[in-house]
Amino acid sequence: MRILCPNGHLGFAPIKTASFEIGLDCAPDLICADSGSCDVGPGPLGADVSSSPLQWQRHDLEHMLLAARRLGVPMIVGSAGDTGSNSGVDRFVGIIKDLASEHRLPRFRIGYFYSEVGKDYLRRKIAAGDAIDGLDGRPPLDLAALDATDRVVAMAGVHPYIELLDRGADIIIGGRSSDCAIFAAPAIRRGLPPGLAYFAGKVLECASFCAEPYAGKESVLGEITMEYFKVTALCPEQRCTVASVTAHTMYERPNPFYEHFLGGHIDMRACRYQQYDERTTRITGPNYVPAAELRAKLEGAGKIGERFIGMVGVRDPYTIENIDAVIAWARQQATERFGPTGYELHYTVYGRDAVLGALEPLRRSPGHELCVVVQAIAPTQETAEEVCMTGTRQMFYARLPAVKGTAGGVAFLLDEVMPASPAYRWTVNHTVRLDDPLELFPTFIMEAGV
Amino acid sequence: MTTRKLSEIARTIRSKNTGIDKITFDVIFAERADYDLVRRSGVLSRAALCRIFGLPESRIADYVEFDPALAIKFTILRQVTSGSPGDADIFGSQQYGPLLDIAVPTG
Repeated sequence: MRILCPNGHLGFAPIKTASFEIGLDCAPDLICADSGSCDVGPGPLGADVSSSPLQWQRHDLEHMLLAARRLGVPMIVGSAGDTGSNSGVDRFVGIIKDLASEHRLPRFRIGYFYSEVGKDYLRRKIAAGDAIDGLDGRPPLDLAALDATDRVVAMAGVHPYIELLDRGADIIIGGRSSDCAIFAAPAIRRGLPPGLAYFAGKVLECASFCAEPYAGKESVLGEITMEYFKVTALCPEQRCTVASVTAHTMYERPNPFYEHFLGGHIDMRACRYQQYDERTTRITGPNYVPAAELRAKLEGAGKIGERFIGMVGVRDPYTIENIDAVIAWARQQATERFGPTGYELHYTVYGRDAVLGALEPLRRSPGHELCVVVQAIAPTQETAEEVCMTGTRQMFYARLPAVKGTAGGVAFLLDEVMPASPAYRWTVNHTVRLDDPLELFPTFIMEAGV
Repeated sequence: MTTRKLSEIARTIRSKNTGIDKITFDVIFAERADYDLVRRSGVLSRAALCRIFGLPESRIADYVEFDPALAIKFTILRQVTSGSPGDADIFGSQQYGPLLDIAVPTG
């Protein structure tokens, strides 16, 4: 089975179409792509918006849809609209329907499923003593964390994809899903070994990131057989080498030997990687281990408040040395005006330790000038703006005992503060036990085209 | 004792989110000899990483030597969850900076 993957995060940046066209000439059995990522932060899930422009999503879906219908092969897209929320699925299904009418495509079936999880469902689980276990050291989910959450999605496994293929779907738009499941589902349904199928998904899901030299948004072709998995770079300048594929198997993963998903994991300790031809690497040996208990990963985000941003520059070496005292002064002015709680004020000091924070080994040797970014978060825009203005402008008035410059302690690029998107945080990074792998993922079929 | 910078020896040195609560680091070599040199030198041991980043050992969630990729890989727990106010590296993609200048003894 040959799977063509044109994009590692559909919509985030447009497909480079030349290598996709080359892939279409290689007789693919399927065209698949993942559209999701939690790298975009908690805002898009919490606020239920896409972090990708509609036009780019439409561009990629149009290329994939027209190719899939022309070749008569299924097309599968998972984690629709960046977050895999219900609105992301609806948005992609709507685009497919519109494109089908616009291009007057002969009738075909769209299958789709949702991944959002109701908070009541999780409350019932907690009440029944069915622990919602925390990942990465988080405590089990409690009602307070759930109350602070606006939206939760669960990560689907292969199951809703197989269900929809069984029901005759030509095009599948999935809610939030494990990246590897999107690609593994059709292969497993065809009877190919699950170890190779999931492994293929893991390698293919970022498209050309498994090839070298580094180039995004180019297509790659995977072939899954009973014995091996092969992956080929399609962009003429790229190759899938043992080095590039093995480097990719550990990309964004805590450990290169195991990959977990709903229903089990694969063990990659016995994998063998072989250069098959100049641009192709062949892999054997991944082992699928079914899980004793079905557990779905949950992702949830909650709003903290409205947000404004301010920025100041600092050039005086004495002020740079005492920047913490300047920040403390400005914070104190905010406390006097607004009290100690009910808002948040964050200072990020570029030129000292903004990027690494406490992990910065060089934080005691800052640069000759600093940029301090001030973030204020409060329940209303009006308060956030005023807190931000206080926290920013009061740096100008900071009282340092030995400062030579007595006409303003900081430099303003703009003597104003700027509205930013509301602040959210990840409130849920947990797993929930399921009785049925389809329990959280209702599937639907509709017709499109003329 | 002569030393060379890790950035002169490794082919790739990178960091990236793995999930929302962790950041994973990959140091990848082109040659087996370089990979062996660095891992035997101890400059990227758990203890060394704790020293470089000022981390308690409990925040190193995973540490792997991955022979097929000639890579040393470790994962740390974030202090601030990705994208929460106060986090200035939502993708975790610039956390590898302090690794570049590590002095690796070469003889």
